[in-house]
Amino acid sequence: MELTGAPTKAGTAKRVAWAVAKTLLRAVSLVLAATLVAFVLVSLSPVDPVQQYVLGADAVSAEQREAIADYWGLDDPPVQRYLNWLGALLRGDMGTSLLYRQPVAAVIAQRFMNTLALMLTAWVFSGLIGFALGCLMGMWQGSWADGILRRLCLALSSVPTFWLGMVFLLVFAVGLGWFPVGFSGPIGMADGDVTLWQRLHHLALPALTLCFVSFAGVALHTRQKLVDVLQTDYVLFARARGAGRWHILKRHGLRNIALPAVTLQFAAFAELFGGSILAENVFSYPGLGSAVAAAGLNSDVPLLLGITLVSTLFVFTGNLVANILTRVVDPRTRVNGA
Amino acid sequence: MDRPLAFDPPLPRQNRRLRTAVGCGILLAIVAAIFVAGLFIGNAAVAADFAQKGLPPSWQHPFGTDWLGRDMLLRTVKGLSVSITVGAVAALASAVIAIVMAALAAAGPRWLGGAVNWLIDLAMGVPHLVLLILIAFACGRGMGGLLLGIAVTHWMNLARLLRAEMLQLRGQPYVMVSRRLGHSPAWVVRRHFLPHLLPQCLVGLVLLFPHAILHESALSFLGYGLPPEQPAIGIILSESLRYLTGGMWWLAVFPGLALVALVILFDTLGNGLKKLLAPASAQE
Amino acid sequence: MDINAAPLLEVDGLWVRFGRTRGRFAQGQLEAIRDLSLTVRAGEIVAVVGASGAGKSLLAQAVMGLLPTGATMGGALRYKGQPLTPKRQRQLRGREMALVPQAITWLDPLMRVGPQVRGGDNRPQQAERQRAVFARLGLAPQTERLYPFQLSGGMARRVLLSTAVIGTAQLLIADEPTPGMAPGQAAEALGILRQLAHDGRGVLLITHDLELAVRFAGSIVVFYAGTTVEEALAADFAAGPAALRHPYSQALWRALPQNGFEATAGSQPHAGTPLPGCLYAPRCPLMTAACTQQNPPLRALRGGMVRCIHAT
Repeated sequence: MELTGAPTKAGTAKRVAWAVAKTLLRAVSLVLAATLVAFVLVSLSPVDPVQQYVLGADAVSAEQREAIADYWGLDDPPVQRYLNWLGALLRGDMGTSLLYRQPVAAVIAQRFMNTLALMLTAWVFSGLIGFALGCLMGMWQGSWADGILRRLCLALSSVPTFWLGMVFLLVFAVGLGWFPVGFSGPIGMADGDVTLWQRLHHLALPALTLCFVSFAGVALHTRQKLVDVLQTDYVLFARARGAGRWHILKRHGLRNIALPAVTLQFAAFAELFGGSILAENVFSYPGLGSAVAAAGLNSDVPLLLGITLVSTLFVFTGNLVANILTRVVDPRTRVNGA
Repeated sequence: MDRPLAFDPPLPRQNRRLRTAVGCGILLAIVAAIFVAGLFIGNAAVAADFAQKGLPPSWQHPFGTDWLGRDMLLRTVKGLSVSITVGAVAALASAVIAIVMAALAAAGPRWLGGAVNWLIDLAMGVPHLVLLILIAFACGRGMGGLLLGIAVTHWMNLARLLRAEMLQLRGQPYVMVSRRLGHSPAWVVRRHFLPHLLPQCLVGLVLLFPHAILHESALSFLGYGLPPEQPAIGIILSESLRYLTGGMWWLAVFPGLALVALVILFDTLGNGLKKLLAPASAQE
Repeated sequence: MDINAAPLLEVDGLWVRFGRTRGRFAQGQLEAIRDLSLTVRAGEIVAVVGASGAGKSLLAQAVMGLLPTGATMGGALRYKGQPLTPKRQRQLRGREMALVPQAITWLDPLMRVGPQVRGGDNRPQQAERQRAVFARLGLAPQTERLYPFQLSGGMARRVLLSTAVIGTAQLLIADEPTPGMAPGQAAEALGILRQLAHDGRGVLLITHDLELAVRFAGSIVVFYAGTTVEEALAADFAAGPAALRHPYSQALWRALPQNGFEATAGSQPHAGTPLPGCLYAPRCPLMTAACTQQNPPLRALRGGMVRCIHAT
């Protein structure tokens, strides 16, 4: 009996390692390019970082001015300045935020947790709800319920995030009074005094907004994938062998659509972050999203660059995980390395 | 296996095509009407009138009036008109970039294809809205930065689609035969490539509108887009945010609904065109 | 073959239609199968032979109750003498009636072969049975750990057939089980089916390959434009055109390579265009004015059945 493609364990591991290394290398080159693009763009801006800092400050000592000028290397040629900045980044020095009068790294660290809580909640719920809904729609494809849900999902994906947030704000916070209008905790309370419950209370509406704008897409994608699977020969054959609807979903449907769905969910980090910028601005939620919008409007270049870098890394991490998942989990690529 | 559904009775299909065509015509007429109406609504029509400020929706003011007494219906129509303009310019520019990139990647040497792919990954790696903010910041905000930003951040998907389409066409037997027969590259492009790609480009262009419009409004909402005196939907909504707690719900609800309607309209138009022009790629 | 065995499957005047049944376009309906009749007994292979596009695959789907949406069917289907209602089809699918998979695409690409052959049955006896079947078909024990894409052509064919062997199904329906196979491979696959028939099962073989049908089947149903035109013993085909009843069957025989490779002019009528008379009339050498009046009924002749007024 011939065994085609019978792989040795070591060979497979080597192939996977090489594939992962190649993906990583590409990611590094892309992140570097992204920092360059961001740097060039803020350099093109008519705003002078030192001037901006001085304008916003009440009293700036000559030493402080010097420190900023030194950080930006204003007297150096542009290439040198980029390299300086990159070097500072690698040392963990992201500069000082003009807006918050704190090191950028500190501002980001503090706000990233808020944004992460928001995005993670929305990510998990939109993924689960969208996947379940998509499975149901796909299984009853062509029914009236599927038709209505599909139209609803299509309409929902045409709704701007910030407007949906405003509608939720109107209904649940202003109208019904169930939720606070904004901020991650009650205003005027020191950060340490805010209870977990209060945090969740303030997180709910922005998370709901973010969840709503993404689950429709997940549902439509899952539905399409399941419909495709249900039309395959192997599902027809499973039905011919007496398998019922749920049995087929469990045995063949989930097996074939779960991986693409999870992969897609990881690849959607960019949209997730974009959505959180809008949701945070509607609800004055103190995360990276409201900070990046404020940084741009107030010409806080170090903060703008810092958040760009962090969000880009975040997106690349998602893409990387998606890439690796596809390679490692799918037996066709796992066993063959093809 | 036999594919019995393939030989559909011909009569209904003709009817369906006609219905789609009429539907697209109507949608196009609506877009044109909104655009023209926006041009004719002068600044006088939306001038402040403090006698009428903060009125809820009524027959006289279907969308209500704002805190300056301006009629929200007129402001919304003007805002939609601005959205259509921005969407058209940005989507057109994006489509041109997409076509050039796709052609470079498909016709050029291998490394160029790889470079275009890398560029697509780069443009998709920075969160869309962050990239838009950066570009708007670089251009010192305002209309120019907005248009440029939207134009250079929406070409990636269409470019991928067109590139795949071109590569597939290049491998088609009739194209290869045509080359062997000695037809010039220009002839092959004109006779075999353009008839397939032009409809795709047109459909892709129309389907770019919804994204462009949504991002325009998002950027304006954040304060990066059009100047505050322009009644763009994003600005209307951003302003209304301050009055929501006061209970002036109509300031946000109606302009937002109008924007959603416009986005769905363009989506429907694009999908209708797809059915008419490129039925093979349409899903239904 | 035992003529006196109780019939396993009886198909009587089956029709399958597509298109809208409601609304204004009801006239746009399309009849893919008009009038098909056949009987499968335990222990025999019955082959349905016809050109592609004749709607043969729909026969398998109609019997299993797996017609695509938009299709309606009528006529009588009986299994072991009892009418096959949709409910009964659901009960019998996989237990009494089984479909023999055509190609490797009938297996889930992301699932190891062993569990797939076992079906949803996770009991240890079933695993034992699967190993026994694999051994019988000459498949190595470790084959069950492979994914479908890792199977070679020969292994894949045996794995596919093992799904039919492992079950308890009395009636096996094989729809074009040999696409794209070399003659030797096709013979190997059909040899396994013949063994299964020897074990006492009934096999309905749907194929366009008359030569294979003659070699392996007991009786042959000739299918033309959605209707049965002749039912004959395979021996009749082996004997030559004189033993055959319908002009189309004779034309099929003459089209075989060893019999002169002679093609008949014209083509099968499009499934959407119903003709008033005999469907084969436009291509038939025996056609007379009487042939265009009405489609002749199926009648018994020389131990077979034929749908032709001229056949003797």
